[in-house]
Amino acid sequence: MSSHAFLNGNEAVAWGVRLSRPQVIAAYPITPQTKAVEKIAQFVQDGELACEYLHVESEHSAMSCSIGASSVGARAFTATSSQGLLYMGECLPYASGARLPIVMMNANRALATPWNIYGDQMDVMFMLNSGWIQLFAENAQEALDLMVQAFRLGEDENVLAPVMVNLDGFVLTHTYEKVHIPSQEDVDAFLPAPRVHPHMMNQEHPMSMSISAGNQHNQEFKIREHLEMLGAEKLLEEIDKEYALRFGRSWGGALESYRGEDAEILLLSAGSICGTLRFMVDALREQGHSVGLVKLRMVRPFPTEALAKACAGARVLGVLEKDLSFGYEGTLFTNVNSALHQKNVALRSFNFIGGLGGRDITRQNVEEMVSILEKADAETPAIHYLNGRCPA
Amino acid sequence: MRNFEMSPVPKLDRLEDFPLGSSFPSFYITEKNAGWRVFRPVIDPDTCVRCHRCYLLCPDGAIHKTPEGAFEVDYDFCKGCGICAHECKPKAITMKKEGSQ
Repeated sequence: MSSHAFLNGNEAVAWGVRLSRPQVIAAYPITPQTKAVEKIAQFVQDGELACEYLHVESEHSAMSCSIGASSVGARAFTATSSQGLLYMGECLPYASGARLPIVMMNANRALATPWNIYGDQMDVMFMLNSGWIQLFAENAQEALDLMVQAFRLGEDENVLAPVMVNLDGFVLTHTYEKVHIPSQEDVDAFLPAPRVHPHMMNQEHPMSMSISAGNQHNQEFKIREHLEMLGAEKLLEEIDKEYALRFGRSWGGALESYRGEDAEILLLSAGSICGTLRFMVDALREQGHSVGLVKLRMVRPFPTEALAKACAGARVLGVLEKDLSFGYEGTLFTNVNSALHQKNVALRSFNFIGGLGGRDITRQNVEEMVSILEKADAETPAIHYLNGRCPA
Repeated sequence: MRNFEMSPVPKLDRLEDFPLGSSFPSFYITEKNAGWRVFRPVIDPDTCVRCHRCYLLCPDGAIHKTPEGAFEVDYDFCKGCGICAHECKPKAITMKKEGSQ
Protein backbone atom coordinates (compact mmCIF):
# COMPACT_ATOMS: atom_id res chain seq x y z
CA MET A 1 0.00 0.00 0.00
CA SER A 2 1.31 3.40 -0.87
CA SER A 3 0.79 6.15 1.68
CA HIS A 4 1.39 9.80 2.45
CA ALA A 5 3.47 11.14 5.32
CA PHE A 6 4.77 14.44 6.64
CA LEU A 7 8.53 14.03 6.19
CA ASN A 8 11.64 16.16 6.08
CA GLY A 9 14.28 15.64 3.38
CA ASN A 10 16.38 13.31 5.52
CA GLU A 11 13.37 11.12 6.32
CA ALA A 12 12.30 11.09 2.67
CA VAL A 13 15.78 9.82 1.77
CA ALA A 14 15.51 7.16 4.47
CA TRP A 15 12.19 6.01 2.98
CA GLY A 16 13.64 6.00 -0.55
CA VAL A 17 16.54 3.89 0.69
CA ARG A 18 14.28 1.51 2.59
CA LEU A 19 12.12 0.94 -0.50
CA SER A 20 15.26 0.25 -2.57
CA ARG A 21 16.25 -2.65 -0.29
CA PRO A 22 20.01 -2.11 0.01
CA GLN A 23 21.89 -5.11 1.41
CA VAL A 24 24.71 -3.19 3.10
CA ILE A 25 24.69 0.27 4.65
CA ALA A 26 27.84 1.71 6.20
CA ALA A 27 27.48 5.24 7.49
CA TYR A 28 28.89 7.72 9.96
CA PRO A 29 26.59 10.45 11.26
CA ILE A 30 27.26 14.09 10.48
CA THR A 31 25.09 17.19 10.64
CA PRO A 32 22.87 17.77 8.66
CA GLN A 33 22.67 14.16 7.41
CA THR A 34 22.27 12.54 10.85
CA LYS A 35 18.52 12.14 10.81
CA ALA A 36 18.68 10.15 7.53
CA VAL A 37 21.05 7.49 8.86
CA GLU A 38 19.25 7.45 12.24
CA LYS A 39 15.93 6.78 10.55
CA ILE A 40 17.44 4.02 8.41
CA ALA A 41 19.03 2.49 11.53
CA GLN A 42 15.58 2.52 13.12
CA PHE A 43 14.10 0.72 10.10
CA VAL A 44 16.78 -1.96 10.44
CA GLN A 45 16.36 -2.20 14.23
CA ASP A 46 12.59 -2.61 13.85
CA GLY A 47 13.02 -5.35 11.26
CA GLU A 48 11.46 -3.26 8.49
CA LEU A 49 14.61 -3.26 6.36
CA ALA A 50 16.68 -6.42 6.10
CA CYS A 51 20.25 -5.27 5.64
CA GLU A 52 23.70 -5.33 7.20
CA TYR A 53 24.10 -1.96 8.93
CA LEU A 54 27.74 -1.22 9.74
CA HIS A 55 28.57 1.34 12.42
CA VAL A 56 31.92 2.45 11.11
CA GLU A 57 34.47 4.70 12.79
CA SER A 58 34.79 7.24 9.97
CA GLU A 59 33.58 8.31 6.55
CA HIS A 60 36.74 6.88 4.99
CA SER A 61 35.68 3.51 6.42
CA ALA A 62 32.05 4.03 5.39
CA MET A 63 33.08 4.37 1.75
CA SER A 64 35.64 1.55 2.02
CA CYS A 65 32.95 -0.79 3.39
CA SER A 66 30.57 0.30 0.65
CA ILE A 67 33.25 -0.49 -1.94
CA GLY A 68 33.77 -3.93 -0.42
CA ALA A 69 30.04 -4.66 -0.39
CA SER A 70 29.46 -3.40 -3.91
CA SER A 71 32.47 -5.30 -5.25
CA VAL A 72 30.68 -8.60 -4.53
CA GLY A 73 27.48 -7.31 -6.11
CA ALA A 74 25.62 -6.20 -2.97
CA ARG A 75 23.44 -3.10 -3.17
CA ALA A 76 25.23 -0.55 -0.98
CA PHE A 77 24.18 2.82 0.40
CA THR A 78 25.89 5.45 2.48
CA ALA A 79 25.31 9.09 3.38
CA THR A 80 27.52 11.96 4.39
CA SER A 81 28.09 15.70 4.22
CA SER A 82 30.76 18.38 4.00
CA GLN A 83 33.92 17.42 5.95
CA GLY A 84 32.77 13.81 5.92
CA LEU A 85 32.55 13.85 2.13
CA LEU A 86 36.05 15.31 1.98
CA TYR A 87 37.33 12.63 4.33
CA MET A 88 35.81 10.03 1.97
CA GLY A 89 37.56 11.76 -0.89
CA GLU A 90 40.36 9.26 -1.38
CA CYS A 91 37.88 6.41 -1.72
CA LEU A 92 35.50 8.08 -4.19
CA PRO A 93 37.58 7.46 -7.35
CA TYR A 94 38.19 3.87 -6.17
CA ALA A 95 34.43 3.33 -6.28
CA SER A 96 33.99 4.99 -9.66
CA GLY A 97 37.14 3.50 -11.20
CA ALA A 98 36.06 0.04 -10.09
CA ARG A 99 32.64 0.79 -11.63
CA LEU A 100 30.71 0.05 -8.44
CA PRO A 101 27.13 1.41 -8.38
CA ILE A 102 27.10 2.63 -4.77
CA VAL A 103 24.45 5.23 -3.98
CA MET A 104 25.21 8.03 -1.53
CA MET A 105 23.12 10.84 -0.11
CA ASN A 106 25.13 14.01 0.41
CA ALA A 107 23.62 16.70 2.61
CA ASN A 108 25.21 19.80 1.11
CA ARG A 109 27.00 21.80 3.79
CA ALA A 110 29.67 24.47 4.02
CA LEU A 111 33.35 23.58 4.30
CA ALA A 112 35.63 24.72 7.09
CA THR A 113 37.23 26.98 7.90
CA PRO A 114 35.56 29.05 9.45
CA TRP A 115 33.60 26.13 10.83
CA ASN A 116 29.96 26.06 9.79
CA ILE A 117 27.31 23.35 9.81
CA TYR A 118 24.78 25.09 7.53
CA GLY A 119 23.98 24.52 3.93
CA ASP A 120 25.84 25.51 0.80
CA GLN A 121 27.15 23.48 -2.14
CA MET A 122 30.90 23.87 -1.72
CA ASP A 123 31.25 20.19 -0.72
CA VAL A 124 29.81 18.60 -3.87
CA MET A 125 31.63 20.99 -6.19
CA PHE A 126 34.87 19.84 -4.53
CA MET A 127 34.05 16.29 -5.68
CA LEU A 128 32.82 16.87 -9.25
CA ASN A 129 35.92 15.14 -10.64
CA SER A 130 35.52 12.00 -8.54
CA GLY A 131 33.79 9.99 -11.26
CA TRP A 132 30.44 9.98 -9.43
CA ILE A 133 27.16 10.81 -11.12
CA GLN A 134 25.87 13.99 -9.44
CA LEU A 135 22.12 14.50 -8.96
CA PHE A 136 20.37 17.35 -7.13
CA ALA A 137 16.95 17.27 -5.45
CA GLU A 138 14.69 20.30 -5.15
CA ASN A 139 12.31 18.95 -2.49
CA ALA A 140 11.74 15.95 -0.24
CA GLN A 141 9.48 14.15 -2.72
CA GLU A 142 12.07 14.45 -5.46
CA ALA A 143 14.70 13.21 -2.98
CA LEU A 144 12.68 10.07 -2.21
CA ASP A 145 12.06 9.40 -5.88
CA LEU A 146 15.70 10.07 -6.78
CA MET A 147 16.98 7.51 -4.27
CA VAL A 148 15.01 4.73 -6.00
CA GLN A 149 15.99 6.03 -9.44
CA ALA A 150 19.67 6.40 -8.47
CA PHE A 151 20.03 2.66 -7.89
CA ARG A 152 18.44 1.93 -11.29
CA LEU A 153 20.72 4.45 -12.95
CA GLY A 154 24.02 3.41 -11.38
CA GLU A 155 23.35 -0.33 -11.66
CA ASP A 156 22.50 -0.20 -15.37
CA GLU A 157 25.02 -2.36 -17.21
CA ASN A 158 25.77 0.41 -19.69
CA VAL A 159 26.51 2.94 -16.93
CA LEU A 160 27.87 1.12 -13.84
CA ALA A 161 28.85 4.21 -11.88
CA PRO A 162 28.34 5.37 -8.29
CA VAL A 163 25.67 8.00 -7.78
CA MET A 164 25.61 10.93 -5.35
CA VAL A 165 22.21 12.45 -4.59
CA ASN A 166 22.58 15.98 -3.20
CA LEU A 167 20.14 17.61 -0.78
CA ASP A 168 20.72 21.12 0.52
CA GLY A 169 21.57 20.98 4.21
CA PHE A 170 18.77 22.18 6.55
CA VAL A 171 16.77 23.99 3.83
CA LEU A 172 15.90 20.56 2.43
CA THR A 173 17.15 17.98 4.93
CA HIS A 174 15.26 19.55 7.85
CA THR A 175 12.18 20.99 6.15
CA TYR A 176 8.92 19.04 6.31
CA GLU A 177 6.46 18.50 3.51
CA LYS A 178 3.79 16.03 2.49
CA VAL A 179 5.50 13.14 0.75
CA HIS A 180 4.01 10.23 -1.15
CA ILE A 181 5.61 6.92 -0.19
CA PRO A 182 5.16 4.35 -2.96
CA SER A 183 4.29 0.78 -2.09
CA GLN A 184 7.07 -1.77 -1.71
CA GLU A 185 5.50 -3.95 -4.41
CA ASP A 186 5.59 -1.11 -6.94
CA VAL A 187 9.19 -0.23 -6.12
CA ASP A 188 10.20 -3.90 -6.30
CA ALA A 189 8.70 -4.09 -9.79
CA PHE A 190 10.51 -0.90 -10.81
CA LEU A 191 13.86 -1.70 -9.21
CA PRO A 192 14.86 -5.35 -9.61
CA ALA A 193 17.30 -7.03 -7.20
CA PRO A 194 20.92 -6.10 -7.96
CA ARG A 195 22.92 -8.22 -10.40
CA VAL A 196 26.43 -9.46 -9.83
CA HIS A 197 28.02 -7.99 -12.94
CA PRO A 198 30.95 -9.83 -14.54
CA HIS A 199 33.55 -7.38 -13.17
CA MET A 200 32.41 -8.03 -9.60
CA MET A 201 33.94 -10.60 -7.25
CA ASN A 202 32.63 -14.13 -7.05
CA GLN A 203 34.14 -17.31 -5.70
CA GLU A 204 34.08 -19.17 -9.01
CA HIS A 205 36.19 -16.55 -10.80
CA PRO A 206 38.78 -15.09 -8.43
CA MET A 207 40.16 -11.73 -9.46
CA SER A 208 42.56 -9.10 -8.24
CA MET A 209 40.87 -5.94 -6.96
CA SER A 210 42.15 -2.57 -8.08
CA ILE A 211 44.72 -3.86 -10.56
CA SER A 212 47.57 -1.63 -11.66
CA ALA A 213 47.49 -0.12 -15.12
CA GLY A 214 50.64 1.74 -16.04
CA ASN A 215 51.23 4.45 -18.59
CA GLN A 216 50.64 1.98 -21.44
CA HIS A 217 47.06 1.30 -20.36
CA ASN A 218 45.78 3.72 -17.74
CA GLN A 219 44.42 6.37 -20.08
CA GLU A 220 42.06 3.96 -21.85
CA PHE A 221 40.53 2.91 -18.52
CA LYS A 222 39.79 6.55 -17.74
CA ILE A 223 38.42 7.36 -21.19
CA ARG A 224 36.17 4.31 -21.09
CA GLU A 225 34.86 5.35 -17.65
CA HIS A 226 34.18 8.85 -18.95
CA LEU A 227 32.43 7.84 -22.17
CA GLU A 228 30.22 5.29 -20.45
CA MET A 229 29.19 7.79 -17.78
CA LEU A 230 27.90 10.09 -20.51
CA GLY A 231 25.14 7.54 -21.20
CA ALA A 232 23.62 8.25 -17.78
CA GLU A 233 22.08 11.49 -19.05
CA LYS A 234 19.69 9.84 -21.51
CA LEU A 235 19.09 6.93 -19.16
CA LEU A 236 17.92 9.26 -16.36
CA GLU A 237 15.32 10.65 -18.75
CA GLU A 238 14.14 7.14 -19.65
CA ILE A 239 14.03 6.08 -15.99
CA ASP A 240 12.04 9.21 -15.15
CA LYS A 241 9.48 8.41 -17.88
CA GLU A 242 9.09 4.85 -16.68
CA TYR A 243 8.79 6.10 -13.08
CA ALA A 244 6.08 8.54 -14.15
CA LEU A 245 4.07 5.75 -15.77
CA ARG A 246 4.19 3.67 -12.60
CA PHE A 247 4.07 6.33 -9.87
CA GLY A 248 2.50 9.33 -11.62
CA ARG A 249 5.40 11.74 -11.01
CA SER A 250 7.89 13.05 -13.56
CA TRP A 251 10.76 15.37 -12.71
CA GLY A 252 12.28 15.55 -16.17
CA GLY A 253 15.70 14.35 -17.21
CA ALA A 254 19.05 15.98 -16.56
CA LEU A 255 17.45 19.42 -16.55
CA GLU A 256 14.02 20.96 -16.40
CA SER A 257 13.04 24.14 -18.22
CA TYR A 258 10.28 25.98 -16.37
CA ARG A 259 8.55 28.72 -18.41
CA GLY A 260 11.89 29.06 -20.17
CA GLU A 261 10.84 28.44 -23.79
CA ASP A 262 9.86 32.04 -24.55
CA ALA A 263 11.88 33.78 -21.81
CA GLU A 264 14.38 36.55 -22.53
CA ILE A 265 15.98 36.08 -19.14
CA LEU A 266 16.87 32.67 -17.78
CA LEU A 267 17.80 31.87 -14.21
CA LEU A 268 19.75 28.64 -13.68
CA SER A 269 20.54 26.75 -10.50
CA ALA A 270 20.59 23.29 -8.86
CA GLY A 271 18.97 22.04 -5.68
CA SER A 272 16.36 23.42 -3.31
CA ILE A 273 16.80 27.07 -4.34
CA CYS A 274 15.00 26.12 -7.56
CA GLY A 275 11.81 26.13 -5.48
CA THR A 276 12.29 29.82 -4.69
CA LEU A 277 13.25 30.55 -8.30
CA ARG A 278 10.16 28.74 -9.60
CA PHE A 279 7.96 30.84 -7.29
CA MET A 280 9.70 34.05 -8.35
CA VAL A 281 9.44 33.21 -12.06
CA ASP A 282 5.66 33.04 -11.61
CA ALA A 283 5.59 36.27 -9.58
CA LEU A 284 7.83 38.20 -11.97
CA ARG A 285 5.92 36.91 -15.02
CA GLU A 286 2.78 38.44 -13.53
CA GLN A 287 4.61 41.76 -13.31
CA GLY A 288 5.49 41.46 -16.99
CA HIS A 289 9.10 40.30 -16.77
CA SER A 290 10.13 37.77 -19.41
CA VAL A 291 11.85 35.30 -17.14
CA GLY A 292 12.21 31.51 -16.91
CA LEU A 293 14.07 28.86 -14.94
CA VAL A 294 16.53 26.15 -15.93
CA LYS A 295 16.82 23.63 -13.12
CA LEU A 296 19.90 21.43 -13.35
CA ARG A 297 19.08 18.00 -11.90
CA MET A 298 22.29 16.37 -13.10
CA VAL A 299 25.71 18.03 -13.06
CA ARG A 300 27.76 14.90 -13.86
CA PRO A 301 27.48 13.84 -16.56
CA PHE A 302 26.85 17.42 -17.66
CA PRO A 303 23.85 17.88 -19.99
CA THR A 304 25.67 19.99 -22.56
CA GLU A 305 23.28 19.50 -25.47
CA ALA A 306 20.10 19.86 -23.37
CA LEU A 307 21.40 23.05 -21.76
CA ALA A 308 22.23 24.58 -25.13
CA LYS A 309 18.71 23.75 -26.32
CA ALA A 310 17.14 25.23 -23.18
CA CYS A 311 19.11 28.46 -23.58
CA ALA A 312 18.84 28.82 -27.35
CA GLY A 313 16.08 31.45 -27.35
CA ALA A 314 17.21 33.55 -24.38
CA ARG A 315 19.07 36.86 -24.38
CA VAL A 316 20.76 36.64 -21.00
CA LEU A 317 21.43 33.96 -18.39
CA GLY A 318 21.95 34.26 -14.63
CA VAL A 319 23.67 31.33 -12.92
CA LEU A 320 22.84 31.28 -9.19
CA GLU A 321 24.95 29.02 -7.02
CA LYS A 322 25.94 28.37 -3.44
CA ASP A 323 29.61 27.74 -4.05
CA LEU A 324 32.73 29.58 -5.09
CA SER A 325 35.95 28.29 -6.61
CA PHE A 326 38.41 30.63 -4.92
CA GLY A 327 40.37 32.63 -7.42
CA TYR A 328 37.91 32.11 -10.26
CA GLU A 329 34.08 31.96 -10.10
CA GLY A 330 31.20 29.64 -9.25
CA THR A 331 31.78 26.11 -10.54
CA LEU A 332 28.33 25.77 -12.13
CA PHE A 333 29.08 29.00 -14.02
CA THR A 334 32.29 27.53 -15.44
CA ASN A 335 30.48 24.36 -16.49
CA VAL A 336 27.50 26.18 -18.00
CA ASN A 337 29.66 28.60 -19.98
CA SER A 338 31.75 25.79 -21.44
CA ALA A 339 28.60 23.96 -22.57
CA LEU A 340 27.20 27.07 -24.24
CA HIS A 341 30.55 27.78 -25.90
CA GLN A 342 30.82 24.19 -27.16
CA LYS A 343 27.36 24.41 -28.71
CA ASN A 344 27.89 27.89 -30.11
CA VAL A 345 25.04 29.46 -28.12
CA ALA A 346 25.67 33.19 -28.02
CA LEU A 347 24.11 34.75 -24.95
CA ARG A 348 25.58 36.76 -22.11
CA SER A 349 25.85 34.98 -18.80
CA PHE A 350 26.32 36.31 -15.29
CA ASN A 351 27.22 34.58 -12.06
CA PHE A 352 25.40 35.15 -8.77
CA ILE A 353 27.12 33.72 -5.72
CA GLY A 354 25.02 33.45 -2.57
CA GLY A 355 23.86 31.28 0.27
CA LEU A 356 27.39 30.55 1.50
CA GLY A 357 27.46 29.05 4.99
CA GLY A 358 23.66 28.99 5.06
CA ARG A 359 23.05 32.67 4.22
CA ASP A 360 19.49 33.20 3.00
CA ILE A 361 18.73 33.77 -0.66
CA THR A 362 15.56 35.84 -0.53
CA ARG A 363 12.83 36.80 -2.99
CA GLN A 364 14.30 40.30 -2.97
CA ASN A 365 17.67 38.83 -3.97
CA VAL A 366 16.02 37.12 -6.95
CA GLU A 367 14.37 40.42 -7.92
CA GLU A 368 17.81 42.09 -7.76
CA MET A 369 19.26 39.37 -9.98
CA VAL A 370 16.56 39.82 -12.59
CA SER A 371 16.98 43.59 -12.44
CA ILE A 372 20.74 43.29 -13.05
CA LEU A 373 20.12 40.84 -15.92
CA GLU A 374 17.51 43.09 -17.54
CA LYS A 375 19.80 46.12 -17.49
CA ALA A 376 23.03 44.26 -18.25
CA ASP A 377 25.37 45.98 -20.69
CA ALA A 378 29.05 45.76 -21.63
CA GLU A 379 30.07 47.36 -18.31
CA THR A 380 28.15 44.92 -16.06
CA PRO A 381 30.56 42.74 -14.08
CA ALA A 382 30.29 38.98 -14.64
CA ILE A 383 30.22 38.00 -10.97
CA HIS A 384 27.84 39.27 -8.30
CA TYR A 385 27.56 38.41 -4.61
CA LEU A 386 24.02 38.18 -3.20
CA ASN A 387 22.71 39.38 0.14
CA GLY A 388 26.07 40.67 1.36
CA ARG A 389 26.47 42.38 4.73
CA CYS A 390 28.81 44.85 3.07
CA PRO A 391 29.95 45.66 -0.47
CA ALA A 392 32.22 42.97 -1.95
CA MET B 1 61.51 -24.32 -8.75
CA ARG B 2 59.24 -23.26 -11.59
CA ASN B 3 58.38 -19.99 -13.18
CA PHE B 4 54.73 -19.62 -14.08
CA GLU B 5 53.85 -18.63 -17.59
CA MET B 6 52.77 -15.05 -18.11
CA SER B 7 49.37 -14.85 -19.75
CA PRO B 8 49.54 -13.85 -23.41
CA VAL B 9 49.66 -10.09 -24.02
CA PRO B 10 46.00 -9.19 -24.59
CA LYS B 11 44.77 -7.53 -27.76
CA LEU B 12 43.64 -4.05 -26.78
CA ASP B 13 42.46 -2.49 -30.01
CA ARG B 14 39.21 -0.96 -28.77
CA LEU B 15 38.12 0.62 -25.47
CA GLU B 16 35.76 -2.35 -24.96
CA ASP B 17 38.82 -4.64 -24.88
CA PHE B 18 39.94 -3.00 -21.65
CA PRO B 19 38.60 -4.55 -18.45
CA LEU B 20 35.48 -2.93 -17.02
CA GLY B 21 36.43 -1.44 -13.71
CA SER B 22 39.66 -2.40 -12.07
CA SER B 23 39.05 -6.02 -11.13
CA PHE B 24 40.55 -8.70 -13.32
CA PRO B 25 42.21 -12.11 -13.01
CA SER B 26 45.89 -11.92 -12.14
CA PHE B 27 48.49 -11.55 -14.90
CA TYR B 28 46.34 -9.35 -17.10
CA ILE B 29 48.36 -6.42 -18.45
CA THR B 30 51.00 -7.00 -15.80
CA GLU B 31 54.75 -7.27 -16.20
CA LYS B 32 57.26 -9.30 -14.25
CA ASN B 33 58.15 -7.50 -11.05
CA ALA B 34 60.55 -9.19 -8.66
CA GLY B 35 63.86 -7.47 -9.36
CA TRP B 36 64.50 -6.28 -5.82
CA ARG B 37 64.16 -9.68 -4.10
CA VAL B 38 67.13 -10.43 -1.81
CA PHE B 39 65.86 -13.63 -0.17
CA ARG B 40 63.61 -16.11 -1.94
CA PRO B 41 61.15 -18.41 -0.20
CA VAL B 42 61.61 -22.09 -0.95
CA ILE B 43 58.82 -24.51 -0.10
CA ASP B 44 59.72 -28.03 0.98
CA PRO B 45 56.85 -30.10 -0.44
CA ASP B 46 57.53 -32.96 1.98
CA THR B 47 57.09 -30.75 5.08
CA CYS B 48 54.17 -28.73 3.64
CA VAL B 49 50.79 -29.80 5.06
CA ARG B 50 48.86 -27.87 2.40
CA CYS B 51 47.16 -25.65 4.96
CA HIS B 52 46.85 -22.66 2.50
CA ARG B 53 48.28 -20.10 4.97
CA CYS B 54 51.04 -18.91 2.62
CA TYR B 55 48.62 -18.89 -0.31
CA LEU B 56 46.12 -16.73 1.58
CA LEU B 57 48.58 -14.40 3.27
CA CYS B 58 51.01 -13.62 0.43
CA PRO B 59 50.39 -9.88 -0.11
CA ASP B 60 51.26 -10.21 -3.80
CA GLY B 61 49.26 -13.33 -4.66
CA ALA B 62 52.57 -14.86 -5.75
CA ILE B 63 51.93 -18.34 -4.37
CA HIS B 64 50.01 -20.66 -6.63
CA LYS B 65 48.19 -23.90 -6.05
CA THR B 66 49.05 -26.59 -8.55
CA PRO B 67 46.35 -28.88 -9.97
CA GLU B 68 47.73 -31.58 -7.62
CA GLY B 69 47.06 -29.36 -4.58
CA ALA B 70 50.67 -28.44 -3.82
CA PHE B 71 51.89 -24.83 -3.45
CA GLU B 72 54.58 -23.14 -5.52
CA VAL B 73 56.11 -19.68 -5.45
CA ASP B 74 55.89 -17.54 -8.56
CA TYR B 75 59.33 -15.96 -8.68
CA ASP B 76 58.29 -13.53 -11.40
CA PHE B 77 56.28 -11.67 -8.76
CA CYS B 78 57.59 -12.71 -5.32
CA LYS B 79 59.30 -9.71 -3.70
CA GLY B 80 60.92 -11.83 -0.99
CA CYS B 81 59.10 -10.22 1.93
CA GLY B 82 59.19 -13.48 3.93
CA ILE B 83 55.62 -13.34 5.26
CA CYS B 84 54.95 -16.86 3.95
CA ALA B 85 57.97 -18.27 5.78
CA HIS B 86 57.08 -16.39 8.95
CA GLU B 87 53.49 -17.65 8.88
CA CYS B 88 54.23 -21.27 7.91
CA LYS B 89 53.43 -23.39 11.02
CA PRO B 90 55.32 -26.58 10.05
CA LYS B 91 58.26 -24.41 8.87
CA ALA B 92 58.11 -25.80 5.36
CA ILE B 93 59.28 -22.48 3.87
CA THR B 94 62.85 -21.23 4.21
CA MET B 95 64.23 -17.93 2.94
CA LYS B 96 67.38 -18.46 0.87
CA LYS B 97 69.73 -15.69 -0.22
CA GLU B 98 69.47 -15.02 -3.95
CA GLY B 99 72.45 -16.53 -5.73
CA SER B 100 72.82 -19.31 -3.16
CA GLN B 101 71.59 -22.84 -3.72
